[in-house]
Amino acid sequence: MSAPARPESIAALDRLLEALRTRGVVTDEELAARQASTDSASPETGARMVARAWLDPEYRALLLRDGKAAAEAMGVSMAGAPPLGVLEDTPARHHLVVCTLCSCYPRAVLGYPPHWYKSFAYRARAVREPRAVLAEWGTALPDSVDVRVVDSTADYRWMVLPLRPAGTEGWSEDQLTSIVSRDALVGAALPQAPQGAVGG
Amino acid sequence: MTPAEGTSAAASDPPGGPAPAAPRFPPGAQVRVRDDWPERRGPCHIRTPHYLRGRVGTVERALGRFPNPEDLAFARPAPERTLYHVLFPQPPLFEEGRRGDDVLVEIFEHWLEPADPAATEKAA
Repeated sequence: MSAPARPESIAALDRLLEALRTRGVVTDEELAARQASTDSASPETGARMVARAWLDPEYRALLLRDGKAAAEAMGVSMAGAPPLGVLEDTPARHHLVVCTLCSCYPRAVLGYPPHWYKSFAYRARAVREPRAVLAEWGTALPDSVDVRVVDSTADYRWMVLPLRPAGTEGWSEDQLTSIVSRDALVGAALPQAPQGAVGG
Repeated sequence: MTPAEGTSAAASDPPGGPAPAAPRFPPGAQVRVRDDWPERRGPCHIRTPHYLRGRVGTVERALGRFPNPEDLAFARPAPERTLYHVLFPQPPLFEEGRRGDDVLVEIFEHWLEPADPAATEKAA
């Protein structure tokens, strides 16, 4: 968790907001709307996009072609958000997203990045020894799978479309959404069908 | 450091004319990331990671044109630059890892130059 804001930082922010209001750059309504959309963003949005892509080939094609349009099709406001690229895992390739420079993360569809995503350790190691990082988190990739690390350095944001696990045949969008974790959406984990799960 | 004064040392445009509007490198082109270290010359904001300077990769595709972040960070007028997705084989980057693994990175055109055949061989 981040440290609490210092009083002088809050005072500086207040002065900045006052200047922006005075000059008509932003209104209180716009600030409130942005705050609301930031706070409501959660990994469930990304998970639902993945689940829908598993079920609907047309949506899958849209997601891979234009992630931003695919998010908007789910009712997510992407106004002012960077372009969203979606990385398609295959049986032969796994994607892992990192931002080695800072903490670029597809916040509009995944919410705030987890603490580990911003840590020096993850940023240094993911790009250098991704298999070791994944193995420590319980994901041992078979040798037949290549790992592509995607270093999110600039104007795009990247989300992973993982493989649909076996044992989820006949599942509904809600059921599929429930097994796509936050970490799976950047390739740090794999969706897992619960043991003994029964399709619905 | 006073970024507001626009003292960025990036000055990242290579010698020559203004940046072309059309992408300079097609998909599949072998490119080398410029072995330049503007952070040693003074304040700057660059989106090209250290570990790729001087490295050879393959253009996957152009991602579009975006205002140059090296200017945006200093509140200067920011001309648009072509941004590419460039693929680098993983083992030579850190001399470890497994053949077949790779790293895909967004890099702006003014950081890329055509790779000569010798450099390509070295990276392969």
